[in-house]
Amino acid sequence: MSIEADAGAASASREMASTGAPHGRTYLWSLKRELWENRSIWIAPLAAAGFILLGFAISLIRTPHTLKVMGKLTPEKLAGIRFAPFGISAAGLIVTVVVVGIFYCLGTLYNERRDRSILFWKSMPVSDLTTLLAKITIPLVVLPIIAFLTICATQAVMFGLDLVVLASRGSAFAQLWSTVPLLHLWELMLYLVVTLTIWHAPIYAYFLVLSAWVRKGTFLWAVVPPIALSLFEKLAFDTSYVSGAIHDRFFGSLEAAFRGDWGHKNGFHLPDPTPAHFIATPGLWVGLVLAVALFALAVWLRRRREPM
Amino acid sequence: MACIEAKGLRKAFKNTVALDGVDLSVERGRILGLIGPNGAGKSTALNAILGLIPYEGELSVLGRNPWTSRNELMQDVCFIADVAVLPRWMKVSQALDYVAGVHPRFDRAKAEAFLARTQIQRASKVRELSKGMVTQLHLALVMAIDARLLVLDEPTLGLDILYRKQFYDSLLNDYFDHTRTILVTTHQVEEVQNILTDLMFIDRGRIVLFCSMEAFEERYTELTVHPDKLTAARAWNPIYERQGFGRTVLLYDRADREALAALGEIRTPSIADLFVAVIGNDTQKGKLAA
Repeated sequence: MSIEADAGAASASREMASTGAPHGRTYLWSLKRELWENRSIWIAPLAAAGFILLGFAISLIRTPHTLKVMGKLTPEKLAGIRFAPFGISAAGLIVTVVVVGIFYCLGTLYNERRDRSILFWKSMPVSDLTTLLAKITIPLVVLPIIAFLTICATQAVMFGLDLVVLASRGSAFAQLWSTVPLLHLWELMLYLVVTLTIWHAPIYAYFLVLSAWVRKGTFLWAVVPPIALSLFEKLAFDTSYVSGAIHDRFFGSLEAAFRGDWGHKNGFHLPDPTPAHFIATPGLWVGLVLAVALFALAVWLRRRREPM
Repeated sequence: MACIEAKGLRKAFKNTVALDGVDLSVERGRILGLIGPNGAGKSTALNAILGLIPYEGELSVLGRNPWTSRNELMQDVCFIADVAVLPRWMKVSQALDYVAGVHPRFDRAKAEAFLARTQIQRASKVRELSKGMVTQLHLALVMAIDARLLVLDEPTLGLDILYRKQFYDSLLNDYFDHTRTILVTTHQVEEVQNILTDLMFIDRGRIVLFCSMEAFEERYTELTVHPDKLTAARAWNPIYERQGFGRTVLLYDRADREALAALGEIRTPSIADLFVAVIGNDTQKGKLAA
């Protein structure tokens, strides 16, 4: 998945060699218990998908009215309008999953100290590294998979509903497929989710550090310093490097991993993936190095943390 | 071979010295009670032994350095630190599944058998259980782990007397087998008096008293003195004197029992009384000195 997962796996196997204990097993059980505890991991994306589909269904009920207007549009504009819900649903689900991931990371090491359950977890033969690896697997692997699958499922349902409505108007499957090439779209979605997740790795690692370190008000610690720094920089030097860097850390992968835009400004078309350019982007590697360092810091902090 | 071995164990926090050069050696198969006032350093000592905090000095638990070899150590060591640390969202069945999943020495059948004797339902969440039941569940999990060392930090705090009694009965009858070592801290000293094999008083980061219960019974004598023989009794250098039911009660260290028997009724003191005598005296002296 990413560098730190590899680095983690390497040191995990070293650990295994030294103790002979089944580390793969403790890792999987640690992961399982994260899923038991944090049910929002799958409930939130499902709820978002339901919400999106409800909105889409309502838009379809209004279709007879819109189709009259659409008749006057160029085919390109029409394609753009027809494609828009598919783009919006993907964006909505990805944002949902990123927010869930951030709140998960921000809460997980804080909550176990607050409710003192850290003492129970630490009474089990599970190392801090294994625990943290299981925890970061949630935003780096589990949530992206859930995001991709819910996007696919949502778009498939939307496609089916579209088809029903169009069929009643005498349009064919081929017409819709040319506008929304579902399989190609899903390929793009998979690529998008993977590149975005790797790009976001340091964000999650940073929030894990905050979660392990902060004594009170994790959310404030997460939000106030970046805003304060940005404002200070703007005031003092009239520059925006901090806010620019933050913006880049959240959205930079879209630029680095794709050519073309996701909208339909110049006629409708899907963007092209540029994996070579993505891999050659310094921001990717800077982010990954940062992620590994922050992850190591989170492990170090958890080792020394006590309940509050 | 010693289960726990410490030499010059020291732990200082920002403003306080929690452990001030503790030397100690606990053999396997002992049940050691660690007794001390609040802030005496009990929990710090336990945390050091469990590898939860770094420390200065030498410390070896089951032949391992608990700070650097904590991951390996936790295969052989189990602890209940404080009551109610089980995650509140967890179902009883999930707790069983999880411990069975991560702990190679967990005997699920044993835990199930113990739970069968309680009112605890598998489908309940920890947050739905009473405090006593949470402790029962934790004990069921811990007792089913074939550990060499069990550490209990105030395991019965806030429980009613039935649960407390049951807790120690289970521990003694179902768990302890003379090859395991148990380390327990508690404020309810009277309840552990009969289960301990060794006793340690700790105060302000130092060990004030460390002896086996046999030695304790041999060394200390409590005399409820006849009023007219008080002067004679005081001549034997009691370490502590208190009033009870209008009689004077004196506590002696290594006194001649036969001689004392002539002055009143003698018996073995309770740990609580000795605690007050040893630590209370010391604290007063400390206050006077300061």
